[in-house]
Parts: sequence; C-alpha cells; structure tokens
Amino acid sequence: MKISQLPVRNLTRKPGRTLALICLTALLALSVFGGSVVVLSLRSGLNSLENRLGADIIVVPSSAKSQTNLKQMLLQGTTGYFYMDRSKLDKVIATDGVEKASPQLFLASLRASCCTMPIQVIGIDQETDFTVEPWIEESYTRKLELRDIVVGSQVNAGIGESLRIYGVNCPVVARLASTGTGLDTAVYTGMDTLRLLLDAARDLGHDLKISGDSADVISAVYVKVKDGCSVERVADDLAVHVSKTETVQTKGMITGVADSLAGISSTVTALIAAVWVLAFTLLIIVFAMMARERSREFAVLRVIGMSRSGLAGMIRKESLMIGLAGGLAGIALGAVLVFSFSTLIEQKLALPYLTPSAGTLALLAGLTLLGTTAVAMLASARAAGRLSRTDPGTVLREGN
Amino acid sequence: MDIRAEGISRRYFRRTGEANYFEAVCRTDFTVEAGKVTVLLGRSGSGKTTLLHMLAGLLTPTGGKIFLGDTDLYSLEDKALSEIRNKRIGVIPQGRSVIDTLTVLENILLPAALYGGESRGQEALEWMKKLDIAHLADSRPTELSGGELRRVAIVRALAGKPEVILADEPTGDLDDENTALVLSALRDAARDGAAVLLVTHEGEAKQYADEVWRMNAGTLTREERN
Repeated sequence: MKISQLPVRNLTRKPGRTLALICLTALLALSVFGGSVVVLSLRSGLNSLENRLGADIIVVPSSAKSQTNLKQMLLQGTTGYFYMDRSKLDKVIATDGVEKASPQLFLASLRASCCTMPIQVIGIDQETDFTVEPWIEESYTRKLELRDIVVGSQVNAGIGESLRIYGVNCPVVARLASTGTGLDTAVYTGMDTLRLLLDAARDLGHDLKISGDSADVISAVYVKVKDGCSVERVADDLAVHVSKTETVQTKGMITGVADSLAGISSTVTALIAAVWVLAFTLLIIVFAMMARERSREFAVLRVIGMSRSGLAGMIRKESLMIGLAGGLAGIALGAVLVFSFSTLIEQKLALPYLTPSAGTLALLAGLTLLGTTAVAMLASARAAGRLSRTDPGTVLREGN
Repeated sequence: MDIRAEGISRRYFRRTGEANYFEAVCRTDFTVEAGKVTVLLGRSGSGKTTLLHMLAGLLTPTGGKIFLGDTDLYSLEDKALSEIRNKRIGVIPQGRSVIDTLTVLENILLPAALYGGESRGQEALEWMKKLDIAHLADSRPTELSGGELRRVAIVRALAGKPEVILADEPTGDLDDENTALVLSALRDAARDGAAVLLVTHEGEAKQYADEVWRMNAGTLTREERN
C-alpha cells in the first residue's frame, strides 16, 4: 500500500462517517448551485425580455387593458387580441420624438377542430419591425412568404411541419431561440399572413370585433424613442395626439419584473447564506468530533513516524476528497432538481426564466465545487492544526 | 546504537493539589545500550511511560536532552525527528495502537510506506510467523483480540529492524505462552544489535534483562543484578 492511498482507505472503510460528511458538503453545493441557477435564470430572463421587447413604448387600443393583460401576454404567454384603426400608426409616426414605429397584429387561435392548438399569433411588418425581426434573423434570414410561420421555442411544432390556424395550414419555416418569456409560446408571421388568418377566423364565424376590412386594423404599435428624448414625454404626447389608445412604457414593465427579481434574489441569497453558515458550523463540529474520535489513530501515525505536516496533509486530503465528492453530488442533485422543476419554478414565480448557457453553468458548477471544497478544507483545518500541535505522547497517555 | 538521556525531566501542570504541577519524571540520566535488553519496572503512574515517550521523541522533555548516537533528538525539526523515529526507532505503545481502516499486514507495512523505503514484507512475514499472527495478515483489527492486536504492534515495530526498540507494557494483554514468545523476540532483537527498553510492571521480564531499572514517583534507580 502506498501512503497516498491512506486517505482513500480512511474514507472508504468508514462509509457511514464519510457519507455523513459528504451529505453535509452536498447540501452546501446544492444550495449554492441550485439557488444561483434560479437567480441567474431569472436574470437571463429579464435581460432577454429587455432585448426582445426592444421598444420603449407600446401603443395599444384603450380597450386592450380591459380585454387582456399585455404584461401577462409578454411574460407568461397568455393569449389575447385587440384591434384599432391602422391610421393610428401614421399618427404615432408623426409624433415628435418617435424614431421608429412598427405595427403588430395579434390573433389567438382556438382549442377547436379548426386549429392545431390554442396559440398566440403575432403578425409583424417585416419592412419596419425592429423588435421581432432581429430575433427571427438569428434563425431565418429569408423573407417570410404567405402562410410561412416562425415558432417560439416552447411551441410544439418542428420545422417542416404545419400548424392549422382557423383552417389554414401554415408551414413552420424556423424555430426561434428561447427567451424565457411568454414570447416563446407564440407564433410569428408576416402581416399578410395574419390578415389571411383574421379573414379565415371571421369566415368561420369567430367574432373578432372588427367592423371593417382586416387590412385596416392593427393591434399595437411598437415605438422606439429618439436618443435624447424623454420616453415619458413622448408617451404623454402619444396619449394626447393618438386618441383612444393607451401607452405602455416597457421600462415600467421591466422595472416591475426587476423589482420582483431583486426580491427573489435577496430571499434566495439569504437562504443560501443561512444554509452555508449552518452547514459550515456543522462541518467544523463534525470535523472536531471526528478528530477527537480519531486522536489515538493520529497519535499512532505519529508514533510510526508520520510528521505533523504529513498528518495535517492527510487530513487535508481527506477533506479535499469529501469536498469534491459532496460538491459534485450537490451540483448533480441541484441540476436535476432545478432543471426538472424549471417549468414549475417559472410558473410559480410568474417571471421570465431563461436557463443560462452551458458555459455559464459549467463556470458556476466549477465555482461551486471550488467553494465547497474550500469550505470543507477550512472546516477541517482547525482540527488538523490542533491535532498536529498535540504531543502524541500526551494523547497516548490520556487514552490509556 | 545507544539512546541516551541527559538530565531529562518532565513536569505536568495540573489544577488540583497543593502545587499546580507535578514531576512525572525527575531530572535523570539514563542510557539504553545497544545489544542489551533494559527492563524498566515500576508501579502504574510512576513515570515509566512518560520517560519512554520522551526517549521516542514523542513528548518534549521539560528539561534535558536525548541523544541517539550523537544526534540531539529534540534539536531537530519535527520532520527530521519523525523520519528518525520511523527509520531508527521502533515504538510499541501501550494499549490499542493500530489503524482500524487497514488490514493487519497493511498496518505492519505502514511505517515502511511512510517514507517510501524498501519493503519490509519478508521481515514482517518472519516476525508474524514467530509471533503466530501470520494467518491474520488480511484480517481487520476489529476482528482481532487484544493479545493479537498487541502482537501486531510488536511486529510493526520489529519489522523495520530499528536500532532502538521502546516497548511499553508489550506483554500486558498476553497469556504466558505469548508473553514468552514476545520477550524472546525482543531478546533476539537485542542480540542482533538493537538497544531494547522494556517498560513493564511484570517482574517476569527480569529474566530477559541485561539491566534492570526501577522507577518510583518519577525517580529512576538502577537495580543491582545478582
């Protein structure tokens, strides 16, 4: 047997003691990894929402607020539709401080024989759009033809398949990257296709509360404010100049989400801190108890010639292995729990939730492992220091 | 090689009693000569074990020096002192002194593994046969009796062919037959040149001794042999 194998023997041949220590360190890793993934996912979701909204102001008909909740539509993917006259777009464009303005047209499909599934369908003007188009271009660079649709990452339809919307078969030409928001559950298409679908819905007797031609309506206007202009002031001007509309400032929507996120982050951080303090204290106690229980064993090692530094090194190696094993177990368990329940977490928190990239997760796992191992080694350092300073003769004498 | 104590003493602090300390070993000179078995007799608590631990480099004396040949043991850094203890001094401590997570053979070979020295497998096997524990090589210490554990500790100390053997009550857990085996083994080691110190309260050990010392309340006196 090589002396380097001794720490492994000590751990494997005392499985109960080793398992208890591994469980404690696993708890540390689980709390920090699981908690951090949740917080990072929420932050990614918020960033994604900011990027995807892209607009400073959304102009919707006054009736929209009573018909649907725009925030819920964007954050949680609830379906809804509302319409206003297309002439509102020209008035928005004519308002001072507006740099870009692009219309969108909404339609909600049904859980009925005419439709594959109930889903939010969003029509964009590919010529002027500055919110969805850059996102679509990440996965589909060609112009959308009539009936072509692009699906969000949560829509259960692959490229090449078709979705039936009010009896119209629409081929899926692209699938968008996940944003962690309600936008992932929607379907996107050009304005012409959406008007075709509106007409199809009306033909099937679905009352969309549109009095005239479907070509004359839009659902919302997404507005980008010129640099240097106040978003609040432009929103006020729009409210004055564009009658029968409401303006929604996306900053307010994001601020609300950010506030919720800050609250959740604080809670999760406090919980992680509490678990760490508790587990670290327990680890120190357990290592101290273990050192006391093993003091004679350590004295015997000194009797046969192990030096103080050799003894401390052996204890360090044992705690390193415990830290690594516990850290890996905790990270694995944390990953299984967080990823298995991500949909539930997203629903319960009602906030945009986007799992961080593999690189970020790997970095987080690495840091968690490093932290857990360092804590395990730190917890054992006190016991190792005390043991190495103790005269083995005294220990042997006390043990008799 | 001789191991020599010059003016060593050991004082322990304690909170009770008239004084706040007591002298476990009073200032004394003492030598364990190479090639001889030195028996140290005395009642429990007389300071025998304290003296042995100081000789082994395990317990720093309050005063005095210990020399192994010309080397002042306590002037050395811990690492160097530990290596000397590993390679040149065989210590048989009192009571249970094995590592439970290792097998009997692993326990016996552990000192050789510490500093990557040559394997002592052959010597170990011979000593195990002599002390009748060869059949226990792969057993775990928890499966052994007190007497068997004692013999494991003795073989572990002898297998490295140390220059000095310091045995603390090595026959405490043994029956008469095994006591004779162990004492003969220590006698053989001395015959091969080792300086052997045998700390015991059993008078039977005297018949294997070249020198007999007696300790009483920390004071050492040499017993004249007839």
